[in-house]
Amino acid sequence: MAASFAKFKETFVFNFIEGARWKYITNGLLVTLEVTFFSLLLGIAIGVVVAMIRSSYDQMKDELRPGLGSTLLKLLNEISRLYLTVIRGTPVVVQLLIGYFVIFVSSTNTVFVASMVFGINSGAYITEIIRGGIMSIDQGQFEAGRSIGLTYIQTMRYIIIPQAFKNVLPSLANEFIALLKETAVCGYIGLMDLTKGGDVIRGRTFTAYMPLLAVALIYLILVIFFSWLVGKLERRLRSSER
Amino acid sequence: MSAEPILSVRGLQKHFNAGAVHALNGVNVDIARSEVLVVIGPSGSGKSTFLRCLNLLERPTAGSVIFEGTDLTAPRVNINLCRRRIGMVFQHFNLFPHMTVLGNLTLGPIRLLGKTPAEAEKKAMQLLERVGLADRSDAYPSQLSGGQKQRIAIVRALCMEPDVMLFDEPTSALDPEMVGEVLDVMKELAREGMTMVVVTHEMGFAREVADRVIFMDEGLIVEEGTPWEIFENPQSERLQSFLAKVL
Repeated sequence: MAASFAKFKETFVFNFIEGARWKYITNGLLVTLEVTFFSLLLGIAIGVVVAMIRSSYDQMKDELRPGLGSTLLKLLNEISRLYLTVIRGTPVVVQLLIGYFVIFVSSTNTVFVASMVFGINSGAYITEIIRGGIMSIDQGQFEAGRSIGLTYIQTMRYIIIPQAFKNVLPSLANEFIALLKETAVCGYIGLMDLTKGGDVIRGRTFTAYMPLLAVALIYLILVIFFSWLVGKLERRLRSSER
Repeated sequence: MSAEPILSVRGLQKHFNAGAVHALNGVNVDIARSEVLVVIGPSGSGKSTFLRCLNLLERPTAGSVIFEGTDLTAPRVNINLCRRRIGMVFQHFNLFPHMTVLGNLTLGPIRLLGKTPAEAEKKAMQLLERVGLADRSDAYPSQLSGGQKQRIAIVRALCMEPDVMLFDEPTSALDPEMVGEVLDVMKELAREGMTMVVVTHEMGFAREVADRVIFMDEGLIVEEGTPWEIFENPQSERLQSFLAKVL
């Protein structure tokens, strides 16, 4: 027992303490959180805009008079649908490689590239989340806003989106958790995230289980922590609906 | 009453489902300033659709709605500007649940009429005072009774200082004991000379307050006249059988 503990301690020191190799883990963790955070911000921005285009088109397609506005909306709707189909129909790793080697080929900032790719990717999923939230709001809310003279955009901004956002907050938080795990493929473009950091240690020390299990454990702790937060958030949202 | 009608409806038609359902089949009516027009009729007669066409919540399939000289159905009409002057009250209140009463009342005046929050709140409080709900200004809609919600919804429309008010079955979703408080507010408005178009099943209100009553059936105006003419001396068979059922 004592011997195996000593062996464990030795492996631990060798993997993480010597050569300050723990920095691969901590720096990697920072990168992972950074990419996840910026991706989510970009994803929400894209999601809100595309969801508004999609739902306004669905709502107004029968009512629109022909003209520049309706042509533009129709075009934007088609672009949005193409975006959703392509993004949801291809693997995120492939998108990441295309982003790095084809689209942002001049950029050396891999955190930026990864954030853009994951943001554009999760934007497609967040679009559907927010669209569901918008559709869950009673049509009467929309009519009440329009009846006092608010424009479509103003009604969305002051009446529909605030209510929809509250409804989809738990789903958005879950998207954040999913995104956190998805970013583990960042290593494909040479980004030193948490997963890559653990893998680098494995390459240096030739002990696989210690760094990889440590990485898995950190992801697990993060996910459990954020899931707990989401649960708390959901309970609070529910209690505010009397 | 000035000679020029505030609202003038000509040949109004509304079809749903690509023409499969004809909700309105050519409605003509003029509404004078300060007139209280009550629309009655069986369910499915098109009376709500008619009302919702007046501020273009439903876009008419054919015909025109001329409001203060502007044809709302014409292309390039800024419908949002016109809607500011057409207040609407809904059957299900449609208050904004994420805002306080005061928030509900000041949203339009602040965002659309360019009022400062202080001005808008002052005006809102004056109106709340008049409907007896000044003490609920900080409440959320979910904390109010149905009757209170509907009175707030009326005030929300009034805060925009409209020239005409549309009421879409304003008491149909209320418990019986709350109907009176809402009708009282509407009577008060009528007394003050507000132009009102009211779709309702409250025949007592129609009798007492209306200047003119319209009876609709199958998307057409079947009969129109003073409350006395409609209720005491109905001409058509359809109106007679309708009244026999509801009175």
